[in-house]
Amino acid sequence: MGRIQLENVTKSFGNVEVIPPLNLTIEDGEFAVFVGPSGCGKSTLLRLIAGLEDVTSGTISIDGTEATQVPPAKRGLAMVFQSYALYPHMSVRKNIAFPMKMAGIDEAEQNKRIEAAAKALNLTDYLDRKPGQLSGGQRQRVAIGRAIVREPAAFLFDEPLSNLDAALRVGMRLEISELHERLETTMIYVTHDQVEAMTMADKIVVLRAGVIEQVGSPLELYNSPCNTFVAGFIGSPKMNLIEGPEAAKYNAQTIGVRPEHLEVSAESGDWSGRVSVSEHLGSDTFLHVHDTGLADSITVRTDGNVSFKHGDRVFMTPRADVIHRFDAQGLRIE
Amino acid sequence: MATQHSRSAARLMMAPAVILLLGWMLVPLTMTLFFSFKKYLPLRGGDLGWVGFDNYVRFVTSSAFWPSVVTTLIIVGGVLAITVVLGVLLAILLNQPMWGQGMVRILVIAPFFVMPTVSALVWKNMFMDPNYGLLAHLWKFFGATPVEWLSQASLPSIVMIVSWQWLPFATLILLTAIQSLDSEQLEAAEMDGAPALKRFGYITLPHLSRAITVVILIQTIFLLSIFAEIFVTTGGAFGTKTLSYLIFQRVLESQNVGLGSAGGVYAIILANIVAIFLMRIVGKNLDA
Repeated sequence: MGRIQLENVTKSFGNVEVIPPLNLTIEDGEFAVFVGPSGCGKSTLLRLIAGLEDVTSGTISIDGTEATQVPPAKRGLAMVFQSYALYPHMSVRKNIAFPMKMAGIDEAEQNKRIEAAAKALNLTDYLDRKPGQLSGGQRQRVAIGRAIVREPAAFLFDEPLSNLDAALRVGMRLEISELHERLETTMIYVTHDQVEAMTMADKIVVLRAGVIEQVGSPLELYNSPCNTFVAGFIGSPKMNLIEGPEAAKYNAQTIGVRPEHLEVSAESGDWSGRVSVSEHLGSDTFLHVHDTGLADSITVRTDGNVSFKHGDRVFMTPRADVIHRFDAQGLRIE
Repeated sequence: MATQHSRSAARLMMAPAVILLLGWMLVPLTMTLFFSFKKYLPLRGGDLGWVGFDNYVRFVTSSAFWPSVVTTLIIVGGVLAITVVLGVLLAILLNQPMWGQGMVRILVIAPFFVMPTVSALVWKNMFMDPNYGLLAHLWKFFGATPVEWLSQASLPSIVMIVSWQWLPFATLILLTAIQSLDSEQLEAAEMDGAPALKRFGYITLPHLSRAITVVILIQTIFLLSIFAEIFVTTGGAFGTKTLSYLIFQRVLESQNVGLGSAGGVYAIILANIVAIFLMRIVGKNLDA
């Protein structure tokens, strides 16, 4: 159970309106990811849902009941913070037990849930340690454990992986996804990393300056971004956005071509330029092409075994069926 | 500091400071020990030779000794209790965002800059005087008989004066500690269903434990030797004679340097006993 509905929610700090009227529904059991550049209001939105900030106007309802004025503890939501926010003077066991202790759950039930959570999160051997003696990934798991034992209506994650190193981040990403599959509880996840958003989400909410730019499944956003902002934000490497006469040929102000949708050749093609940097990843090669007369730099994603070097002349041909067209307002033209 | 050369250079450069500090401590200590075994009466014959442990026995067996130890401990304990409890509360209050925060903080810290003698005199004459003190006026306003603070409630009065002086110190240390508390921890506890009082008990207070330890240790060191507040208010009368005040009386009022020195050695021992107990009780907070 955990259907979260925001209606005309606004938030202002003093005279600054951080979130203009916003409507959003997150269905029960959904994994929703709020993504956007830093300062876009995604964390504020999460804190509004959590109840850590008061909305300026509008209503938030959880499972059909209005929760706008309900204090955070009574909303039945659990949150995992960016800094993990573990209690440093308590052992892992006490950290996980804390919300149950506050709720007055009896000791036998507490222990049962702690054991279950510890087993699920591989923390059994660490229950008697203090958070200071754990690694970043383990701390993260304790924070998740503390959230799980409350059996909340929804989990809120505030950039939970940003303090972990790259390898651990990929691992934890998988673990959180698996956890979602197993618990089937609503999860709301805030990140600035579009890769996390793409890999984990059922529904991505792209935010800019407090405004929802687009809501949709990862592939919807990838295949039909509704404006140039979403087009540039979703996908890695970023979509090439080209303006000018080349775009006019397609009856658009701007055209967008993803790096993976460009055919590259040494002999002939629609566009030409000079390779500035070629990044070899093994599986792929990213070519950054300059002097095309189209944009500062065009990124091409191609096969892992091409041997273009700095200064080489290359020709590129966009795949006509996947060219995205945008009008003068930056909106998508179907 | 890796090489042999840099290590010896470091030793050489630290030597003056170490020697100075060592001398600063050792010379008075040795002199105290030296005099404590002598009958030395500056105005009545001067140095009258070695007397063994006579001074030590006389100091302990004097009827004023044990009451003075008890008084010392009551003052130290009372001031510590008041400053720590009020310090924590004030720190929490000052940590709230409010208008004129900087000004308020300076005002709160101000008493610490007032010299002990001055603050004791201000309290004695302005507040506690039974005829024209502010408290006397307050009492009279409600039709009560003014309390003669420094004779009828002498010990609580001194505890109050000293607490007023040391409260800013405790508040300042605790305020900086409270500011270093991660606000996400408090928010996490709020999400976990802990109401304000439990958040204080489970999160804020444990976070402050180290700062409280520091406050207790530092204040104890200074409070064991308070003198000016007693000297200018009660002059050691009405049961306010602390160990350090007793030593002062023996040396300067009775002009018995040997006896006073023996008392000084006892004071060192008392301070060490208190320190050992404190380290046992609160010292573990300083680890980790």
